[in-house]
Amino acid sequence: MRTFNIAAATLKGNPMARDSQAALVALNRFGLGARGGASGDFVNAASDPRGFVKAELDRPNGALLEAPGLQSTPALAQEVFAYQLEQKQAREAAAKSGTATPPPEANPAPSAADDKMQRRNLSLDRMAMEMSPKESAKEPAKASAENANAAMTPADAMQPNAQKPPQSPLNVIQKTFRAEALARLQRASLVDCGFTERLVVFWSNHFCISANKGGLARMWAGSFEREAIRPHVLGRFADMLKAVEQHPAMLFFLDNQQSLGPDSRAGQNRNRGLNENLAREIMELHTLGVGGGYSQDDVTSLARIITGWTFAGRQGKLGTPGVFVFNANAHEPGPQRLLGQLYEDNGVAQGEAALGFIARHPSTAKFVATKFARHFVSDDPPPALVARLRDVFSKTDGDLKALAIALLDSDEAWQAPPTKLRSPYEFVVATGRLLSQMPQDPSRYLGGLNLLGQPLWSPAGPNGFADTNAAWAAPEGMKLRLDISAQVASRLADNVDPRDLLELAVADAASPETRRTIERAESRQQALALLLMSPEFQRR
Amino acid sequence: MESPSKATTMDCPESLKSSATSRRSLLLGGASFAAWAYLPKFARAADGRDPRLVVVILRGALDGLATVAPVGDPDYAGLHGSIALTPDGPHAALMLDSFFALHPAMPEFARMYREKHAAIIHAVATPYRDRSHFDGQDVLESGFAGPGRVQSGWLNRALEALPRGDRVTTALAVGPTTPLVLRGAAPTVGWAPVALPQAADDTAMRLVELYSHRDPALASALSQGLQLDKSAQGDDMKPKPGTNGAGAMRLVARGAAKLMAADDGPRIAALAFDGWDTHANEGGPVGRLAQLLSGLDGALAEFEQGLGERWRDTVIVVATEFGRTAHINGTEGTDHGTGTVALLAGGAIKGGRVISDWPGLKPANLYQARDLAPTTDLRAALKGVLHDHLGLGERVLADNVFPDSAAAKPMKGLVG
Repeated sequence: MRTFNIAAATLKGNPMARDSQAALVALNRFGLGARGGASGDFVNAASDPRGFVKAELDRPNGALLEAPGLQSTPALAQEVFAYQLEQKQAREAAAKSGTATPPPEANPAPSAADDKMQRRNLSLDRMAMEMSPKESAKEPAKASAENANAAMTPADAMQPNAQKPPQSPLNVIQKTFRAEALARLQRASLVDCGFTERLVVFWSNHFCISANKGGLARMWAGSFEREAIRPHVLGRFADMLKAVEQHPAMLFFLDNQQSLGPDSRAGQNRNRGLNENLAREIMELHTLGVGGGYSQDDVTSLARIITGWTFAGRQGKLGTPGVFVFNANAHEPGPQRLLGQLYEDNGVAQGEAALGFIARHPSTAKFVATKFARHFVSDDPPPALVARLRDVFSKTDGDLKALAIALLDSDEAWQAPPTKLRSPYEFVVATGRLLSQMPQDPSRYLGGLNLLGQPLWSPAGPNGFADTNAAWAAPEGMKLRLDISAQVASRLADNVDPRDLLELAVADAASPETRRTIERAESRQQALALLLMSPEFQRR
Repeated sequence: MESPSKATTMDCPESLKSSATSRRSLLLGGASFAAWAYLPKFARAADGRDPRLVVVILRGALDGLATVAPVGDPDYAGLHGSIALTPDGPHAALMLDSFFALHPAMPEFARMYREKHAAIIHAVATPYRDRSHFDGQDVLESGFAGPGRVQSGWLNRALEALPRGDRVTTALAVGPTTPLVLRGAAPTVGWAPVALPQAADDTAMRLVELYSHRDPALASALSQGLQLDKSAQGDDMKPKPGTNGAGAMRLVARGAAKLMAADDGPRIAALAFDGWDTHANEGGPVGRLAQLLSGLDGALAEFEQGLGERWRDTVIVVATEFGRTAHINGTEGTDHGTGTVALLAGGAIKGGRVISDWPGLKPANLYQARDLAPTTDLRAALKGVLHDHLGLGERVLADNVFPDSAAAKPMKGLVG
């Protein structure tokens, strides 16, 4: 394993010191990788590694993401409700007229179809075969003057090629998902270091929803992150917790809109009751953690406390469709005991008080500190670092900016060897940044993430994507990374010199073996693929 | 996450959706093909000649001493050691004359040579004298005297000098990359066996080697992943087109020949084959290089067969960025060198000859005491072909196609 010798001067923030290993930590462990071209990222990171990472934290609202066309959760809800109604009517009309199958555009592509495909273990080859038009070899050439030179102009390198198979038009859910994904990818491609974006990704995965839950979840995956996560990544944990648990996307993902107080009016009328899903995950995954000192009774209590937390539906009976509402009719009446505390029934405030208490619980501080250190530093983070982060979290009332700064100020976070593998998201984004790509179409990135097992905003369960090395440094995963690197290189290597890119991304932190492997590659394509797969590019 | 999903949902990499002309093309790794988009006007010239020109680039540096072995040179066997070819024995090299012998993996080329439709230029090199693949390929393909000029290639600039006829109408998908030799202002079309679904075996081997030194955990994971992948493809003993360079070369050549044989098909094309960087376990009459040469041999045969009667007016030039060390290294391979061979094939070639001002392999005769010394400028041979086969003038060849190459006069009598 590589050893890390970081000059003491650098750790004390001496701006004159230049330390390439520390630059690698700044860029890769905390950021999204050096950008290519004239960004100067590596040089800037090497001259003041800590300052380079911290600079982003001082930008007010630096985590917020606004882009033309991105809409609020209620506005998106109204679009998806209208779309679903249209689909339903089309199906009914088809049934009435005796058509056996609904028209093709009525297929619920974003949810059920996706789920089915997710379970199939497609190989690259098979996928390529399925995606290729069977007769295209016989199609007349579109060898017009415009595309005759397409192969040679760099601007075209990232664009889809001619003769694409015809595709059915995207529905509003697919369009929205792609627009949200594109906005996130463009932000990630643009930022200097990317530490704030890494924090967004971390918290978004901590409080994950899955777009595979259904049309609403896919529609809201991006707005959930923009509205519930981003405003708070440098704010207070308690505020993020409340924003998350009251967000329609989370309420839908973990079924709370179906949960009725058994003794509430709605529960009595419909003879239905609690759904504990959200309450359990709040304590197990979002705050206290397994073994964090809660019991089944506490789960049930919290479930009762947050009954009535829902969102207004299509018909708008409870409010503007798609907004969070407290439905008193569904709320379990009476006081509840949770974690030894008694919460009077004062409507929505009962649950807000309970969340406020849980957010400040010592188990939450420990759970969050451990996950935070595990994500950035190592699978088994140094206990002293975890303890320090825990104390900062507690003493600052869950100030997440203070938590981030405490991590950056620690020596451990800079000295730990780079044992973690970049997640697929970090890998594809870092690749695009190094090759100076500004995504105009999210397809390649989304396709790569799907193949590598980290489909955007679509983890398999509410525990999110794994954050340990074993999950990503797996045999098939590494083979697929190599295939993707080779594909990227076959498209983009013609106009770059991989030796220059090595200097931009790794500089003199490159091992002699890596440098030699790249210099001795037999083509630019091979050299670029090897650079993207080098330990210096893959590890952080 | 417990079970990472490997599936695709509604989004797939665009590269796999597009320009995939067939299942077969998707399997082809490490090869590319591109062609000029117009039929040259001279195709309708009164003499009925309708010349076709194919340039094949071998990326990675071909070992010229292993391909066309100077078995008559007293120093050859000692230098090439365990991988040297011999004129007798179980895998005897194919004697071309009393001095040079062809690698036994190339029987088709040997036949063309006997039929006087193939020739060899030995101890040849571009003007590039360092040993970087990238820079060497730049010089080979750009036609400039030094590296760093990657905007256009010499074949494209040669096309600019030709009278432009009708547009090629054969179905060609536009592929994402064109070899530098054919890049430039003259419009070209590419064919698409460049959509690589899988990294080449050679790239994977190099990465495993790097990981084994720097990151044993990744070395183990990747090795297992590669093994899994092979098993998933079924019989892992049988060579597959995608993982076997020889099969890929034949298939690309077959497709290219079919396109070029058509009356309205392209007349001038370039192909690039990867994988010639044989630092370790190069092999002698059998082995890694033998497999590659067998693929190249098969590719040439595919052109001959696929072009049919057009073969008569065809020239194929096979060139590489530089040669390899005369002395084998400590891993039964050869390192980057200088002088090497260029191969010429086609019915229009005045063949049956090894054209060489042989420098000898005595230590004092080697370039920098390690490489076959180059005695022929590759540009002279290429200029000779362009002059005799396509009718380009000496002036345009020296000024535009190969800038600053006036000293390398077009070699006469290669074509006719």
